[in-house]
Amino acid sequence: MEKLTDLEKIINSELTTKINSSEIKHNQINLIIDTEDLIEVIQFLKTNTYTKFKQLIDITAVDYPENNKRFKLVYFLLSHEFNKRIKLEYYVNDNELVSSLTSIFPAANWMEREVFDMYGIKFKDHPDLRRILTDYGFEGHPLRKDFPLTGHNEVRYSQEEKKVVYEPVKLEQNYRNFDYESPWEGTKYIKDQTKE
Amino acid sequence: MAKETKKLNLNFGPQHPAAHGVLRLILELDGEVVEKADPHIGLLHRGTEKLIEYKTYAQAVPYFDRLDYVAPMNQEHAFALAIEKILKINVPIRAQFIRVIFCEIGRILSHLLNVTTQAMDVGALTPTLWGFEERETLMGFYERVSGSRLHANYFRAGGVHQDLPRGLEEDILKFCKKFPKIIDDLETLLTDNRIFKQRNVDIGIVSKQDALDYSFSGVMLRGSGVSWDLRKSQSYECYDQLDFDIPIGKNGDCYDRYLCRIEEMRQSNNMIQQCLQKIPKGPIKSLDGKISPPPKKELKESMEALIHHFKLFTEGYRVEKDEIYTAVEAPKGEFGVYLISDGSSKPYKCKIRAPGFSHLQAMDYLIKGHMLADVPALLGSMDIVFGEVDR
Repeated sequence: MEKLTDLEKIINSELTTKINSSEIKHNQINLIIDTEDLIEVIQFLKTNTYTKFKQLIDITAVDYPENNKRFKLVYFLLSHEFNKRIKLEYYVNDNELVSSLTSIFPAANWMEREVFDMYGIKFKDHPDLRRILTDYGFEGHPLRKDFPLTGHNEVRYSQEEKKVVYEPVKLEQNYRNFDYESPWEGTKYIKDQTKE
Repeated sequence: MAKETKKLNLNFGPQHPAAHGVLRLILELDGEVVEKADPHIGLLHRGTEKLIEYKTYAQAVPYFDRLDYVAPMNQEHAFALAIEKILKINVPIRAQFIRVIFCEIGRILSHLLNVTTQAMDVGALTPTLWGFEERETLMGFYERVSGSRLHANYFRAGGVHQDLPRGLEEDILKFCKKFPKIIDDLETLLTDNRIFKQRNVDIGIVSKQDALDYSFSGVMLRGSGVSWDLRKSQSYECYDQLDFDIPIGKNGDCYDRYLCRIEEMRQSNNMIQQCLQKIPKGPIKSLDGKISPPPKKELKESMEALIHHFKLFTEGYRVEKDEIYTAVEAPKGEFGVYLISDGSSKPYKCKIRAPGFSHLQAMDYLIKGHMLADVPALLGSMDIVFGEVDR
């Protein structure tokens, strides 16, 4: 099995109803599936003798706030044997529970914790769903598009209290997010100001 | 009657010299035997992925230097490749060779640091002093080509920022000629050293299956006998024109990983020499004015160049709507960039897949049943750098 198209055919014929759509782009197969089929599809891709995607490379999410189903979850798998990469994706809502892959790939543990930390997507049957990269007691999910770049709290050492204190962010100057897209028509932030 | 023992919780780090940065490791000990390890990471989290969403593509490059800061250009490489694949631009052959030279220098930088600090963690100080001297020389090459020793910001989509300065090729070649001797010297200190072997052989054994299950890549995977290297298997840039071998381990313990790294340094050294022989003259970045800025000289004479310059350094180039996952073989393993562009001049999302993140995750599994003194040895051989783990 040399070609990606052959592999795509095999996957499509074996998992007919579970694949919503498939395409080959940038030398890797992209599959769109349903949330509830995740475990079965992954299990198949991992164990089938023609696929053998034995390594989970990464799990991540993408936030599209304007969409009906806000988050796209993305899984990357790698097959060393056939030297192929595959990408799985499906869409979920804000408060939807997603199945955890920890029972199939132990590596999914931290990856799912990171997705939870950064996007607030909860995984069911995850053994240890804690925050991973952000501070102890952090609130909010930083990679959501509606989370401000500057964050909400800042930290400093207080000489009076002799300890590290958390305070709301106070900036002398706002983050200068210039919009250079079309300088001839006037940039967006100037238009916003004139409207007010 | 057995004595009643009490479990001890030990807080290892975040300020511990053997933690290689800011790792807080909560260990549950029974006597000196580790029963559980819970790594708390994120102390160096700077929100790189969020920041990149607010920067143009060119402005995002320096963030990649700050991930795995012991081999900066290897990370930039992944990002540059991702943009190039979406924009479908060709990189001039000279630029490809320059990139490979500096990626291999990065690999030597990283392995030198890792091998020698691992030795320091288990009690040998001399290799560190010797290794860091060479690192200084190599970082000197970084400085001469990019202007800074660590945070190079040198790779661009479509090539590199500037050509090699005069005399650099000869100096790199001179270094390559004497470097094998230096590895030999390092090996006389470590390879057959009784203490070094006692601390590393049969410690932290990773089986083939574990290495796959825990998403290991790079030396962590090869040390366990899986022959897999993206430079060979999914060759990018001009790696297919170079002749090199991939060392693999047998037992998957800390000692095998050390041996793999030593051999990889020799291979990288060879590859740099091959590149220096083969490197042609020619342009060092894409000639497409919409992507790469014009040379300074043209700015004074050409209106078009001036406009391009202005647009590239204000708005930046736009990248059509697409998404792509690109991986390179960084010194620590598979470093991947999942880039989503939306047609504007800023990425919609940029997920960074850091190899160290998966490696550290297996800490709990690998250290179970080992002694406390094996924790630094295993951490050292995992090659953890917190810049990339915490992002």
